[in-house]
Amino acid sequence: MLSVERLAFAYEDRQVLEEISFTTRPGELCALFGPNGSGKSTLYRCILGHLRHQGVVHVDGVDARTLTPLQIAQRIAYVPQQHTNPFPYTVFDMVAMGRNPHLGGVFGPRRADLEICERVIDSVGLLADSQRPYHTLSGGQRQLVLIARALAQQTALLLLDEPTASLDYGNQMLVWNMIRSLARGGAAVVVCTHDPHHVLQFCDRVLALGRAGRFIADGPPEATVTPELVATLYPQLGDGQESVRARANGR
Amino acid sequence: MSRSPRLLPIALGDQLARRATPVVGGVIAGEGRRRLVVVMSSLAVIVVAVVSIMVGAYLIPIGDVFAVFGARLGLMPADNLHAAVVWDIRLSRVLLAGAVGAALATSGAAYQGTFRNPLIEPYILGVSAGAAFGAGLAVMVDLPLSMQVLAFLFGLAAVGLTYSLARVRGERPTLTLLLAGIVIGSFFSAIFALFQYVGTDEQLRRLVFWILGGFYRATWGEVAIVVPVTVAGVIWLWRLGWPLNLLSLGDDEARSLGVDPKPLRRVVIVVSTALTALAVSVSGIIAWVGLLVPHAARLIVGPDQRYVIPLSATLGAAFVMICDDLARTISTGEVPIGVITSILGAPYLIYLLRTRVSQMGSA
Repeated sequence: MLSVERLAFAYEDRQVLEEISFTTRPGELCALFGPNGSGKSTLYRCILGHLRHQGVVHVDGVDARTLTPLQIAQRIAYVPQQHTNPFPYTVFDMVAMGRNPHLGGVFGPRRADLEICERVIDSVGLLADSQRPYHTLSGGQRQLVLIARALAQQTALLLLDEPTASLDYGNQMLVWNMIRSLARGGAAVVVCTHDPHHVLQFCDRVLALGRAGRFIADGPPEATVTPELVATLYPQLGDGQESVRARANGR
Repeated sequence: MSRSPRLLPIALGDQLARRATPVVGGVIAGEGRRRLVVVMSSLAVIVVAVVSIMVGAYLIPIGDVFAVFGARLGLMPADNLHAAVVWDIRLSRVLLAGAVGAALATSGAAYQGTFRNPLIEPYILGVSAGAAFGAGLAVMVDLPLSMQVLAFLFGLAAVGLTYSLARVRGERPTLTLLLAGIVIGSFFSAIFALFQYVGTDEQLRRLVFWILGGFYRATWGEVAIVVPVTVAGVIWLWRLGWPLNLLSLGDDEARSLGVDPKPLRRVVIVVSTALTALAVSVSGIIAWVGLLVPHAARLIVGPDQRYVIPLSATLGAAFVMICDDLARTISTGEVPIGVITSILGAPYLIYLLRTRVSQMGSA
């Protein structure tokens, strides 16, 4: 379980995050919702200990500052946006790296680790592609590989960074359904997204991050993602947010 | 809000429990195959070494080579007439060539992993030029540090400069890394050239050695340092093969998977630079080995550093031994080995640049 208390972060010249507090719940799919540049990825990097921040992050009741990267990786799985790699690792290789936090310093994964990898690759539907080089897959498949890698990490908490940003509609739905099934399986899942439709369609809870780097709303999506909230987050929309209004009012 | 009904409830727990494991068997078989390749390649190194002892200014039959070994190990009664050539000239030279090849190729593979860039190697990063400068400095100026230590310190300075110079908005794209390496390499080469200009005849003669590279000066004293240090360094990097795989994903991802990137990178750079500097200090600048060999290794066993590193070591040893065989047999005199590796390596880098850079983008 993740608990963030009054987290704040600033680059030298600019305050990025302020007064960030929230606690995740097992089985809950929580959206971290806000426009590009509002600090969603920065918040992840603070939680994961990549950036030095103010405030306290507790992971399973332990102050994250006292945890090593290895100990954090045993508790939190992070799914970056899909990317390419200069070395032609196979899908299986990529997922096997997710076992690293549980290897205890031995020379790579053991048979039991490999079996876990196979099962999670199967669960994202890529078993037939497991020996293909990761970089030859489509963007959606690559995102699924990274999700499978996070599953191989076997953590109770998953953080996903804009997992559908570069995907087409079909792949977006594929990935979102996958993510939701993870939460149904009991994991606490936080997904950052800039798309209110995805929040409304898939998430149990929304944390809306405004441009000032503060939460401006926290609650169930149908009550929280109002036209007013969307207009606040996306001032450039003016009044033209028909689709969101229709969703929020029409059901 | 109601859940959309078309969602498939993927019961992950069920799937995790149920499935058989057809793929794992294949993966484990693949690992066994790659291990076998590494073992076979080390046997091949021994064969290449024996052949390398046989060839030279004149051919020594294999029986005579083994007879000399047997005599030295006390298994056979007496040396034959080739003893001095086999033991004192050729064996030390072959061992040194093998160690230097293993050192350069292994450090190339390790640099490539830490810098996330399959197109770099000690020579391209400017490490070789920095190490040669350090060795040259020892020739020019009487300092309390040994030549090897100076080579190491300036090799380290070169890679540090290249690495910080290549930084663009927190990343180190392929092209800036290559350019920074060229800049740093030519800077150290320029000062080295200045040494040649101001040096005495005796100093000049020693300096030229590092530019062209070669093993014609090999001594048992050098073998006694270079071979054990290289073996230790290769094993050290080999043990880091698995975390190096994770490091090649990028710092943030490596960290989120439990590998702290900074201390790992520091260790790998220091060990790789020590291997390179030691190699340069005894054999001069031998370019491209660190690029050609790891790439060939990756073609054979894939990108997994747990196999690329040991295979680079064995292939690198065999490759430089063969290049050295060519160096001392294609003409009556001795062709500098750096000339041979450059003639082989430059076209290979052009090929890699043409085929790889476009698909890598700026990664």
